[in-house]
Amino acid sequence: MAENNTHLKPSKPPIWNDPKYRSLFFQALLMFGLGLFIYTIVQNTLTNMEARGISTGFAFMSEKSGFDILQSLIPFNSDSTYGRTFIVGILNTLLVSALGIFFATILGFLIGVARLSNNWLLSKIATVYIETFRNIPLLIQIFFWYIVVLRAMPSARNSHSLFDSFFLNVRGLYLPAPVTESGFIYTVITFIIALIAVFILKNWAKKRQEATGQPFPVLLTSLGLLILAPLLVFLVTGSPLTWDVPVLKGFNFKGGISVIPELFALLLALTIYTAAFIAEIVRSGIKAVSHGQTEAALSLGLTPSQTLRFVVIPQAMRVIIPPMTSQYLNLLKNSSLATAIGYPDLVSVFMGTTLNQTGQAVEIIMMTMTVYLTFSLLISAFMNWYNAKMALTER
Amino acid sequence: MSEANKQTDQKFALQMINVNKWYGDFHVLKDINLDVTQGERIVICGPSGSGKSTVIRCINHLEEHQQGQIIVDGIEITGDVKQLEKLRTDVGMCFQHFNLFPHLSILDNLTLAPRWVKKIPKAEAEATAMKYLERVKIPDQANKFPGQLSGGQQQRVAIARSLCMDPKVMLFDEPTSALDPEMISEVLDVMIELADEGGMTMLCVTHEMGFAKQVADRVIFMDAGQIIEENTPNEFFNNPQSERTQLFLSQIIAH
Amino acid sequence: MYITDKILPELPAPSSSKGVLHWLKTNLFSSPVNILITFLGLFLIYKIVPPAIQWAFIDATWVADTREECLGEGKGACWAYISNRFGQVMYGFYPPEEYWRPNLAGILLILLTSLLFIKQMPKKVWIGAFILLVFPFIAYFLIHGGSFGLSEVGTDKWGGLMLTLIISLVGIAAALPLGIILALGRRSTMPVVKSICVIFIEFWRGVPLITVLFMASVMLPLFLPEGSDFDKLARAMIGIILFQAAYVAEVVRGGLQAIPKGQYEASVAMGLSYWKSMNLIILPQALKLVIPGLVNTFIALFKDTTLVLIIGLFDLLAIIENVLGSDSSWLGFFTEGLVFAAFVFWIFCFSMSRYSMALERKLDTGHKH
Ligand SMILES: Nc1ncnc2c1ncn2[C@@H]1O[C@H](COP(=O)(O)OP(=O)(O)O)[C@@H](O)[C@H]1O
Ligand SMILES: [Mg+2]
Repeated sequence: MAENNTHLKPSKPPIWNDPKYRSLFFQALLMFGLGLFIYTIVQNTLTNMEARGISTGFAFMSEKSGFDILQSLIPFNSDSTYGRTFIVGILNTLLVSALGIFFATILGFLIGVARLSNNWLLSKIATVYIETFRNIPLLIQIFFWYIVVLRAMPSARNSHSLFDSFFLNVRGLYLPAPVTESGFIYTVITFIIALIAVFILKNWAKKRQEATGQPFPVLLTSLGLLILAPLLVFLVTGSPLTWDVPVLKGFNFKGGISVIPELFALLLALTIYTAAFIAEIVRSGIKAVSHGQTEAALSLGLTPSQTLRFVVIPQAMRVIIPPMTSQYLNLLKNSSLATAIGYPDLVSVFMGTTLNQTGQAVEIIMMTMTVYLTFSLLISAFMNWYNAKMALTER
Repeated sequence: MSEANKQTDQKFALQMINVNKWYGDFHVLKDINLDVTQGERIVICGPSGSGKSTVIRCINHLEEHQQGQIIVDGIEITGDVKQLEKLRTDVGMCFQHFNLFPHLSILDNLTLAPRWVKKIPKAEAEATAMKYLERVKIPDQANKFPGQLSGGQQQRVAIARSLCMDPKVMLFDEPTSALDPEMISEVLDVMIELADEGGMTMLCVTHEMGFAKQVADRVIFMDAGQIIEENTPNEFFNNPQSERTQLFLSQIIAH
Repeated sequence: MYITDKILPELPAPSSSKGVLHWLKTNLFSSPVNILITFLGLFLIYKIVPPAIQWAFIDATWVADTREECLGEGKGACWAYISNRFGQVMYGFYPPEEYWRPNLAGILLILLTSLLFIKQMPKKVWIGAFILLVFPFIAYFLIHGGSFGLSEVGTDKWGGLMLTLIISLVGIAAALPLGIILALGRRSTMPVVKSICVIFIEFWRGVPLITVLFMASVMLPLFLPEGSDFDKLARAMIGIILFQAAYVAEVVRGGLQAIPKGQYEASVAMGLSYWKSMNLIILPQALKLVIPGLVNTFIALFKDTTLVLIIGLFDLLAIIENVLGSDSSWLGFFTEGLVFAAFVFWIFCFSMSRYSMALERKLDTGHKH
C-alpha cells in the first residue's frame, strides 16, 4: 500500500484555488489593466493635442530659440536652438548643485562637529542654526536671500568691497579672475609633479611605517610640497599670473568673474538649508560610534587624534555616507526652485521658457524628468555599490 | 593596610591612597586604599553599582578622581598627556562588551596599537599578534572581522589585543558577564593560563567564584563605594567577616 | 586582611568639581581655544540678537492705517502690513462673511484628532478611519459649499494658511493608504506587482516636486478625455498625492522590514489569509513603528506646499509674496511678509519635529522592554 503511494505526487487543489495560478491570474489581470490605462492615456493625449494644434515629436529641438539666457557656461544667444537651451539648463543646474554640494558639505560638517563640541555655547549656537534653517521652507529662504538681502545691496557705485578687488552690489558678486601669462605653464607642471610626488610619498611613508614602525608626517609635507614648490617656480618664472580685478565702468563693473545675484542667492539658500540636514547626519554618525570604541582605543595608548583617525572617523563615515548622498540628491532636486527667482536652470529655461514658447508639454516635461531620474539612478547605483562594499568588509 | 602608605614604593605595581571620586554630587568612591604588589592577582567583587568599574577605570584614567593619589609603577597619575600614553601602554584593559573595532580585521585590531603607539614594524607586530592569537587559541580567525566571531572568541581576541602591548598590569571589568554560559569557561581558561604564567599583575572584577578561588591572591569586596572586606580567597569564601559580605555571598550562591 | 562594617558618610563633592564656576570652567573656558570660541560666540550673538529684537519688537509698528505710519527714522518692522490684511493671509480670497465655515471644519478636525490623544479612548481605529474617510467630505461640504443651503465658494477663492493646511492634510491623508499599498506591493512575491511598485516609487522619488506640479498642471489635462476638465487645485493635489505616496511607501517599507520574521510566520501558522494577517497583525505593528517617519515626511510635505505658488495657487507664501507684495499702497515691506511666513512655517515644523522626536524616544524605550 505504502509502496504504491510513493509514486503519487501530492494531490493538488482545484486550479482556481491553487495559490500559484491565483497569483499568475492576478498578475495577468494587473498587466492588462495597466496596459489599458496607458493606452487610454496615450489615445486621449494624441486626440487632445491634435484638437489643440500642438505638434508632436522632437523637431523643435533644432529650432531657433529666440531668447537670451542670463548665464550660460557654453556660448549661447538668441540664434541658438532649443536643444542648446536644454544643454545650457543642465549645465547651470549642475553648476549650482556642484557648488552647493561643496559648500554645504563643509558647512554641514563644521556645524555637526560644533553641535558635539564640549563648549556649551558653541553647541547651542549649532543647535539653533539647525533648528532654524531646516524648519523653514527652502523657497522662503531663497526669496529671503534674493529679495531681502541681495536687493538691499547698494548700487554698483556704492558696492561693499573687500581689498578693493571683491565687490558685492545689487547686480551680484564680483571677484578677481586669474589671467595666466605664457610662463604660467611651468607652475602648472610643477603642481602636477608635486601631486605625483605626494602620491609617491604617501606610498613610501606607508611602506616605511610598515617596515620600521616610524610614522611620517605625510599631511604636513604634502601640503608644503603642494604649496611651496609651485610657489617657488611661480616666483622664479617672474610671477606670470595677473588678476583681472573688476573695475567700475559707468554703472557697472567690468572684468573679473561676476556671479549673478540669482546664482548667489540660490547657492546661499541651498548651502545653508542643506548644511542643516548634513549637520544632523554628521552628528548622529559620530554619535553612532559607541563610547566604548573610543575608550578601547584610548586604553590601548592611542592618542585622541589617533583614536579619531583610526577608530572614530572610519566607523562614522560608514553611517554618514548613505544619508549624505541622498542629501546631495535632494540638493540637486531642490535646485529646481531656481525657477522662482529666475536663475536659468534646467526647469527654468526648458520646462519654463521653452515649454511656453513651443507648447510641447509632453516631450519637454518627460525630457526634464528623465534628466533628474538619470542623476537619481546614478546616485542610487553608487549607494548600492558602497553599501555592498561596506557589507563585505564588515562581515 | 588601614594606615595609608604615603611612600611610593617601587615594589608596588599599583597603589591607591585615599581615593575619592564624585559623579556630580554622587560620592561614588569613598577613601579607597589599595596596594598591589607586582605579579599579584586580585579579584574585586560586590553588588552592582558599588563602584567596581569606577575603580578599574580610574586606574587607567578613563575616569578622573578628585581626591587622593593613584600610583602606577611608581608614577602618580595626573592626566598629563605624555604620561597618559605611557600609563596606558603599561596598563591593559578588557571590557565587559569586548569593544573590538568592528571595521578592522582581527589581525588589524591586534596590530593597530603596537604599530602606531609602539612604532613596531608591521611584520613584527603581526608576528607578535599571531603569537598571542595562538595563546588564546584562535590563530585561524586572524583575517576575519569581529562580527563573524562568537562572544567568547571576541573576548579572547580582546585579551590578546591588550597583551600585544606587553602591559605590566591587566585590568578586567566583568569579562565574562556578557557571555552565554557555554562560552564563559573558554575565556576563563585563557585568563587562568595567563595568571599561571606568573609575572603579570592582574585586577579582575568578576563574580566567577571558581576563578577567584583558583587564581586570586586576594579578594576584595566593595559596597557603597568603599572597600568593605579584603582577604585571601580561602578566608573570604569560607569565613566572611562582614555582614554585607555574608549577605552578598549568600545571594551569589543562591543563584 | 582588612574588614570594616562602617559605611562612610556621603560627602559633598569638593567645590572644584561642582557649582556655577565649575560649570563655566568645564563648559565654556576649558582651554584657550574654547575661551576664544566662547567670546566669538558671544560676539556673534551680540551682533545678531539685540538688533533683531530691536527691529521686530521694540521699534516695530503694530497698528497703522497707512504705509506712511510705518516709515521714518528709527522705525522697525511694520507688522501692520500683515495685520491689516490678516484675513487674506489666513483665508486667501475666501469671502470674509463665510470664514466661519473653514473655522468650523478646523475646530472639528482638532477635536477629532485630540480624541486620538486621550489614553483611555476606546475604538481609536474607528475615530482614525472617520477622520481619514468621512471627515474630508464634511470639510469639503463646509468649505466648498454649494449644497445644504451653503453658498458655493470655488477653489480659486481658497488661499492663505487655509490652503496650505488643506493641501498638506489632504496630501498626507490620501497618500497614506496609497503608500501602504505600494509598500506592501514592493515586498510582494509576485514579480509583476513588485516591479510596478518599484518603478512607481522610484520614479516619483527621483524627480523634483516642481516637475510633478508642472506635469499635473500642463500634462494632466491632456491625459483626460476631451471636455473633462477639472480645476487647478485638484490637479495639483493629484500630483502631490502621487509624489507623497512614494515617500510614504518607503517609510512604511522600513517599518515592515523591522517586524521580525517570526511575526509573519506566526500569522501564517494561525491560518490567516494574506490580507487578514496584514490588517490584524503586521500593519498595526509596522505603522506604530513608522509614525515618527511619517511625521517627518509630513513636515517635508508641509514645507513643499509653498511650491504651488509656482503654478499659480495662492497658499500662505503666495498670498504674502504676490498679493500683499503687489499692493501699491503698501509697497516695500517684503521683509516683514517673508519673516512672518517663515515664522508660521517654523512654528508648525518645529513643533511637529519635536513631537516626532518624542515619539521616537518613546518607541525606542518601548522596544527595549
Ligand atoms: N558616568 C557616570 N555618571 C554618573 N554616574 C555614574 C557614571 N558611571 C557610573 N555611575 C554611577 O556610579 C555608581 C558606580 O558605578 P560602577 O562603578 O559602574 O558600578 P559597578 O561596576 O560596581 O556595577 C553607580 O551607581 C552608577 O550609577
Ligand atoms: Mg561595572
